[in-house]
Amino acid sequence: MMERVGGPGHFVDTGPFDPDAGDPGRGEAASAWRLFLRRFLRHRLAVASALVLAALYASVPFVEWLAPYGQARRNGDFIHAPPQGLHLFHDGRFVGPFVYPYRAELDLQTFRRDYRSDRSRPQPLRFLCRGDGYPFLGLFPADRHLVCPPEGGTLFLLGTDRLGRDLLSRLVYGARVSLIIGLVGVSISFALGLILGGIAGYFGGAADAAVQRLIEIVRSLPELPLWLALSAALPPTWSPLWVFFGITIILGLLDWPGLARAVRAKLLALREEDFVQAAELMGATPARVIARHLIPNFMSHLIASATLAIPTMILGETALSFLGLGLRPPVTSWGVLLNEAQNLAAVQLYPWLLWPVVPVLVTVLAFNFLGDGLRDAADPYQ
Amino acid sequence: MSPLLSIRDLSVAFRTDTGRAEVLHGLSLDVGAGRTLALVGESGSGKSVTAQAVLRILPPAAEITTGRILFAEGAQPTDIAALIPDGAVMSALRGQRIAMIFQEPMTSLSPLHTIGDQIGEALRVHTGASRRQADAETREALARVGFPDPARALTTYPFELSGGLRQRAMIAMALILKPALLVADEPTTALDVTTQAQILALLRRLQDETGMAMLLITHDLGIVANIAHDVAVLYRGRLVESGPRDTVLRRPGHPYLRALMRAVPRFDMAPGERLAPIRAARAEIPPMDRHAAPAGDILRVEGVGKSFVLRAGRLFAKPRIVRAVSDVSLRLAGGRTLGLVGESGSGKTTVSKMVMRALAPDSGRVLFDAGAGLADVHDLEGARLFAYRGLVQLVFQDPYASLDPRMSVRQILGEPMEIHGVEPRLRSRRARDLMAMVGLDPAALARYPHAFSGGQRQRICIARALALNPRLLVLDEPVSALDVSVQAQILNLLKDLQAALGLSYLIVSHNLAVVDYMADDISVMCRGRIVEEAPRAALFRNPAHPYTRALLAAVPDPSLDHPLDFAAVTGEASDPDRWPEPFRLAPDEAGTMRAIEPGHRIRVGAAHAREAA
Repeated sequence: MMERVGGPGHFVDTGPFDPDAGDPGRGEAASAWRLFLRRFLRHRLAVASALVLAALYASVPFVEWLAPYGQARRNGDFIHAPPQGLHLFHDGRFVGPFVYPYRAELDLQTFRRDYRSDRSRPQPLRFLCRGDGYPFLGLFPADRHLVCPPEGGTLFLLGTDRLGRDLLSRLVYGARVSLIIGLVGVSISFALGLILGGIAGYFGGAADAAVQRLIEIVRSLPELPLWLALSAALPPTWSPLWVFFGITIILGLLDWPGLARAVRAKLLALREEDFVQAAELMGATPARVIARHLIPNFMSHLIASATLAIPTMILGETALSFLGLGLRPPVTSWGVLLNEAQNLAAVQLYPWLLWPVVPVLVTVLAFNFLGDGLRDAADPYQ
Repeated sequence: MSPLLSIRDLSVAFRTDTGRAEVLHGLSLDVGAGRTLALVGESGSGKSVTAQAVLRILPPAAEITTGRILFAEGAQPTDIAALIPDGAVMSALRGQRIAMIFQEPMTSLSPLHTIGDQIGEALRVHTGASRRQADAETREALARVGFPDPARALTTYPFELSGGLRQRAMIAMALILKPALLVADEPTTALDVTTQAQILALLRRLQDETGMAMLLITHDLGIVANIAHDVAVLYRGRLVESGPRDTVLRRPGHPYLRALMRAVPRFDMAPGERLAPIRAARAEIPPMDRHAAPAGDILRVEGVGKSFVLRAGRLFAKPRIVRAVSDVSLRLAGGRTLGLVGESGSGKTTVSKMVMRALAPDSGRVLFDAGAGLADVHDLEGARLFAYRGLVQLVFQDPYASLDPRMSVRQILGEPMEIHGVEPRLRSRRARDLMAMVGLDPAALARYPHAFSGGQRQRICIARALALNPRLLVLDEPVSALDVSVQAQILNLLKDLQAALGLSYLIVSHNLAVVDYMADDISVMCRGRIVEEAPRAALFRNPAHPYTRALLAAVPDPSLDHPLDFAAVTGEASDPDRWPEPFRLAPDEAGTMRAIEPGHRIRVGAAHAREAA
C-alpha cells in the first residue's frame, strides 16, 4: 500500500478504488426456505435426530415384517426368559449371527424357572424367512420376516414377559401405536391451536380476550386427573381401536393451548410488520394478507413448536397406559408394555421388562433436538 | 507526545460456514490524549468492530487475528489485543480507564433500576465507595451532564426520561470513573437533531473539563466537522484516509471521501444543483407513464386533529388523552413536493397515516383529487376507496421491514397489480419495466429481499409503490435508515421519477437537509401543530419561528465554514410555553397563523394576534 502525505499527518490510501466492487445484490438467489434448510443442516444433533425419527417412522408400516414374532405369539415354555445373547463366533470360529438355545428348569425351591444356555449347540438365525402369518399392510396375507428364530429354537434378544411373548417383537409393534399417537394428537392440537390462536391474534379485542381466558382455564386444570377422568369416561364396550382414537383425541384436546399461544404471539408480532401494513394499504383483503403474508411467515415457527409438542403426546399416552387407563391389550404400545413393569418385585426379578423405557427416551429426545434445530433455523436471532 | 491509544496493523476475522472472513484489514490509527478521533464509515466498513476490539467485547464468532492495540496510560503501555477478554486486567481497564456509550440509550440502561443505582454501581464496584459517597458523586455527575434536578434524577427510572436525558445518564455513567478514553458508538444517531446538538455540545464541554480522549464512531460528516480533532475514514475494513480534521475535510485525498462529501445534502447548495451519488442508479423510465398533473391542488388537508387515549397507569385513574395532531392544514399542488418537518413526537407520522387513510381523523378533512375534483378521502367507500389505494402509495422508512422476506422480488412487485386485477401477462412485463425504472437489473427479479443492500431494497420499495401508476407518493423518512453514501442515489432517483411521471410527493422527515433538497414547500410541525409554512427558499432564507430557527441551527453541517453554535443550543425550543413573544403559546393555546410574506405563514400567540388587530 502506497502512502501519500497531503500535509502533516495526512494519510491517503492510494490503492485502487471501485465504488461498485463487492456491491451486494449480486448475492445468491436462495429463497427463505432454502436458507432455512441450510441453517437447519448446520445443526448436527438435529439432523441426526431427524434421521433417527425418519427411520423410526419408516418402520411403522413394516413392523410385522421387522419383528421376529407376532405380537400375540406366546411361548408357554419360556415365561420370563432373560435376554438371549447374540453371538458371531463359536469356539473361535466364525459362524455368523447365532444364539445358544435355552434349557428351562424349574427350581423346586423358589418355583422360579432357570434358563441355561446350551453352549455346545449354536443355532444360526434365519433371514427373510417364513414365520408367524400376518396381513401385510392390512391388505394381503404374508408370513415373511426379516429375521426368524432358528429352526426348532427361540430368539428372545430382549427376553420375554409373563406370558412368554418376545419383548423385542412387542416393542417393535408398540412403536407403531406410540409414534402414530404422537403425530395424530399433534395434528388435532395443531388444528385447534391454529384456528383459536389465529382468531385471537388476527382479530384481537374481545375474541382475543375470550380465547385467552379459555386457554387459562384449560391450563389451570390439573392435567393428570383430567386425563384420568376423560379416559375413564370412554365406554368400556369400545373396541381397543376405538379406545386408541379416543385417547388420541383426549391428548390433542388438552394440548392445544401451548400452540395457540405460539400462533397468537407470532401473529401479533407479524401484524405490526411494515410489509403487512404495506399490503393492507395496497387494498389487500384480510384473507389475502393471512394467506400470502402471515401464514408463510409463521409456518416454520409453528412446525418447530409442533415438533416440540409431540413428545408431550407420546409421554401422555405412556403415562396413561402405564396407569392402566390408556390403551388396553391386545393393542400394544410402549406405555402398555411399561404397565407390566409396574410391579416392583417383577422389575427386581426380571429387569428386562424396563426395556420399553429406552425407545421412549430416544424418541422424546430426538423430537426435542429436532424441534430445537428447527426453531433455531426458523429464527436465527434467538 | 505519544498517543494514548495506538492501534497497529489490527485485523479482525469472523468465523463463518465458508471459512474465515476478514472484516478489518491491518488497521493502524492513533488517538492522542485529550483529542477526539472520529472514525467514519458506512455500514459494514468495520468501524463498530474496531470499537468492540478496543474494549474486547467482540461477538463470539469474531477474533483478533493480528495486530496490537496499545493503551499507553502510565509508564508501560498495555497491549489490549494480548489480554484475555474476560480477565481481571481487561475488566479493570474496561469501565474504569476506557468507557463506552452506545447508540440506543433505552436498551443500554436496565429498566428495573433507578438511574442513581445504575450510575453509582460502577463506582461501588470499582472503587468500593459507600452508598452515601456513591450517591453524592452520582449527583455531581448528573449535574455535570446537565440534568435539571440531579437529586431527583437519582431515584427516577429510565422509562421516565426522554431519549436525550437517557443518553445524558449513559454519559454520566460512562464518565463517573473519569476514564482516560471514551469510546462513543454513534452516540446521537437515535436522537432528534436538537437533542443531538445538545449531546455533542455536552461531549465537547466534558472533554475540555476532564481532558479525556474520545474515539467517536459516526457516519455523519456534519458531526465530524463540529467536534472531531482528527478523522479516520474506513472503507470495507480498510483505512483509506486519516489526518487532522481541517486537512482531511478541506483537502480530501481519497476518491471515496471526495465522493462522500459530494453525496451529502448541504444547505449551501446552488439552486438546481444535484447531489453526486457514489453509486448512481441508472434509471430508464418508459415514456408512456406520464400523468398530466392536475391544475390545482392534488391533496388538501383541512384542519385535521387526532387524539389518542392512553390506558391509565394506575387502577381507577382517568385515562390520559394525548393530542397527537391538532388543526393541521396542508396543501400540495399537483406535480410538486411538500415537505413535512418535525422531531419525534411532533405528529408528522400521524398526519401521513391519516392521508393514507390508515387512521381516521377526529376532526377536519383530507381531500384528494383523483382526476374528478377534490373529494374527502375518509368518505370513500367500495370501488372508489379501492381506486384510492392504488393512486396513493406509501414508501416506508425501513426497507428491511417493509418487504416480505418470503417473497421474491417478482412476487413483491406483482402483488399490488395482482390485488388490483392486472392481467398476469402484463404484470411480468410491468415488473421488468419497474426494475429498470429504479435502476435495478430485471434479472434480479427471481431473488429474495435478503440478497439486496439497504439502498437496493429501498429502490424495490419505490418500484412497488410505482407499480399501479400512482399520483401521490407519501415518503415517510425515505432515506433515514440508509447509509449516507446511498441517500443521494435514492433522492436523485425520486427526483427523476417525479419529473418523468408527473408524481406528487408528500415527504415526511426530521432531516432538514433532505427536505431542503427535495421539497418545493415546507411545513414545520411542533407538538402536533404547524408552526411555520413557506416555500422552500423563503423558509431557509428567512426562518421566522423560533422552533424552525432552532432546528436549522442544530443541523451539523459538513462544511467547516458553518460550525454549530453550541451556545445557542438550549433544548427549550420545542416547548411552546418558552417561545419568546409573539410566538409564546400557553398550554392548550392554539394561536393563529399569520402571513409575513406571500406564502410564508407563522403561528403566533392569541394575545399577540389580538393586539395586532
